[in-house]
Amino acid sequence: MDLFEYQGKEMLRKFEVPVPEGRVAQTPDEAAEAARKLGGKVVVKAQVQVGGRGKAGGIKLAESPEEAREVAEQILGMDIKGHTVKRVLVERAGDIKKEYYCSFLLDRTERKFLGMMSAEGGVEIEKLAVERPDAITYVHIDPLLGISDFHAREMVFGSGIDVEARKEAIALLPKLFNAFVELDASLVEVNPLVLTGDGRVIALDAKVSVDDSAFFRHPNFEELKSAHEVPEQERFAKEKGLNFIKLDGDVGIIGNGAGLVMSTLDVVKAAGGEPANFLDVGGGANAEVLSAALEVIMSNAEVKSVFINIFGGITRCDLVAEGVLNALSRLDVKVPIVIRLDGTNAVEGRKMLADAPHPMLVTAETMLGAAEKAVELARSGAVVGGGAA
Amino acid sequence: MSILIDNNTRLVVQGLTGREGSFHAGRNKAYGTDLVAGVTPGKGGTDVEGTPIFDTVDEAVKETGANTSMVFVPARFAADAVLESYDAGIDVIVAITENIPARDMARAVPYIRAGTRGASLIGPNCPGVISPGKANVGIIPGEICSQGPVGLVSRSGTLVYQIVHELTQRGLGQSTCVGIGGDPIPGSDFIDILEKFEADDETEMVVLVGEIGGDAEERAAEWAQKNMSKPIVGYIAGLTAPPGKRMGHAGAIISGSKGTGQAKIEAFEAAGIRVGRNPTEVGEIAAELRS
Repeated sequence: MDLFEYQGKEMLRKFEVPVPEGRVAQTPDEAAEAARKLGGKVVVKAQVQVGGRGKAGGIKLAESPEEAREVAEQILGMDIKGHTVKRVLVERAGDIKKEYYCSFLLDRTERKFLGMMSAEGGVEIEKLAVERPDAITYVHIDPLLGISDFHAREMVFGSGIDVEARKEAIALLPKLFNAFVELDASLVEVNPLVLTGDGRVIALDAKVSVDDSAFFRHPNFEELKSAHEVPEQERFAKEKGLNFIKLDGDVGIIGNGAGLVMSTLDVVKAAGGEPANFLDVGGGANAEVLSAALEVIMSNAEVKSVFINIFGGITRCDLVAEGVLNALSRLDVKVPIVIRLDGTNAVEGRKMLADAPHPMLVTAETMLGAAEKAVELARSGAVVGGGAA
Repeated sequence: MSILIDNNTRLVVQGLTGREGSFHAGRNKAYGTDLVAGVTPGKGGTDVEGTPIFDTVDEAVKETGANTSMVFVPARFAADAVLESYDAGIDVIVAITENIPARDMARAVPYIRAGTRGASLIGPNCPGVISPGKANVGIIPGEICSQGPVGLVSRSGTLVYQIVHELTQRGLGQSTCVGIGGDPIPGSDFIDILEKFEADDETEMVVLVGEIGGDAEERAAEWAQKNMSKPIVGYIAGLTAPPGKRMGHAGAIISGSKGTGQAKIEAFEAAGIRVGRNPTEVGEIAAELRS
């Protein structure tokens, strides 16, 4: 889960990482009130999880509570690259002298934590890494040992940030690292980390991503999660224990196992189609899960055909067939469904489908044959007569 | 031969008394795997269908001579279970459990790999290992496999099934199939397994099934070019996956421009590894190389 900036800063504050004083607001009145309490000049920042909000007009200065109300009114409800602004963060505006970059993440290749620092902040780090790799200092940290002061010194001296910022930055980095580890974060990124006019070093922005698998250690994450809006289709899928990702095409996909589903998307695309989603029913899916999966797919009006690709291991094909038949009788199915069953109890599953012919159901022998059929049906929009592809 | 598990495997299952653990361990036993013990703290002295249960892995090893463990305990206890197996002297640890926090594995994996004993951790978040005709440790359905010359290593579980199916249909059996798992930090990566296949006299060819995310495939390709004499057929799932989306597996994500399927295929081809565009083509290439 990616935290909103205000949530990330709230978390970092608990680990004594210096962040600007601020308050979150959901209405212009709340923004004005926040500005009044903070006093003086404030900055009003759109809380969206997408880059480039500054350029899009999502960050504005306000000299007074009245002005804070006005800019909050403009920013709240604004659409930034498809994200609607529901909240603003009102922060005391500081005098920024310099901007830097720092982050901690997991380096899969080295099997270690990785600290990154640059004297150039506020820039797109991926771009900087490609264009001028020398501008970034990388320091690996052994997960079994944790951070030592020398790691912080290597990051700070290595990146060549200004002399006057060094002492505070060296003190800040271990705190940021502790937050990274203790929060079970996959990333904490401060971009920019700033040197203020009065010589302080603070985290002006915060991007914190936490590990969904570690929620059991962090009961408070559930509360943070409630601020995230999940589309209805995804929420329903999650409730049913399905791993679902919406994509832009019109061929609905259901499969078992992440690898097989990815492979299924690829063969559909290779056959000239566009997958409407990724949907993994997981291992050992029963009839109820399959039926729910079809319901999720059918709730997308863009879907013109469905491809169910199952290779039974723990998953039993007879139960898959039962789930499909159940869904067909329960739902108003308007698009053709191509199904391919192999593996555990495939013979039984195929027989069940053959014994209960349905005008919208097409069975296929192979994964590639099924993909081609599903794409063809999505294109022609034809209502099929049932039977084998 | 074969790698990791064979007729000498003596299996202890951590979490044998659970629903999933007992079901799959039962299937492994029915396949012919020598299931010698189960471990569930507090249930020592009992048994599951004749298999004795111990409170600790250490006891199980001392009493039964177990040399391989399968971890089926819930995610929050799984890293601890893996470490317990390692410290008890187990040489092959197969962790099936998924959704283990990355931080836990970031500590456990380097600890085990730094050990001088040469123990192997397979997984987590994996379907396990099967050496057809000898032993099955995990959830790969034994009935779809057959004994033969192809070594298979895959991040995905169901793609193991699909590709085994493609191989078996063409008369190509397997020496060992290893699911290394879909996590960002697996206990063993492709190179670890390739190294074992290269040294195994039963394995004549390897099928390597990768997916998007990370650079394990690129590193494997580079390593194989220098160190492998046996031919490899490659496959990559997730070519059409959009960046920034986690495709089911915790490790299957394109971060920025890193970890794309295209880059992996290019790395394979640059290393002289032939790549199938879909599982069927993988089977066809393997059959062609064999003939």
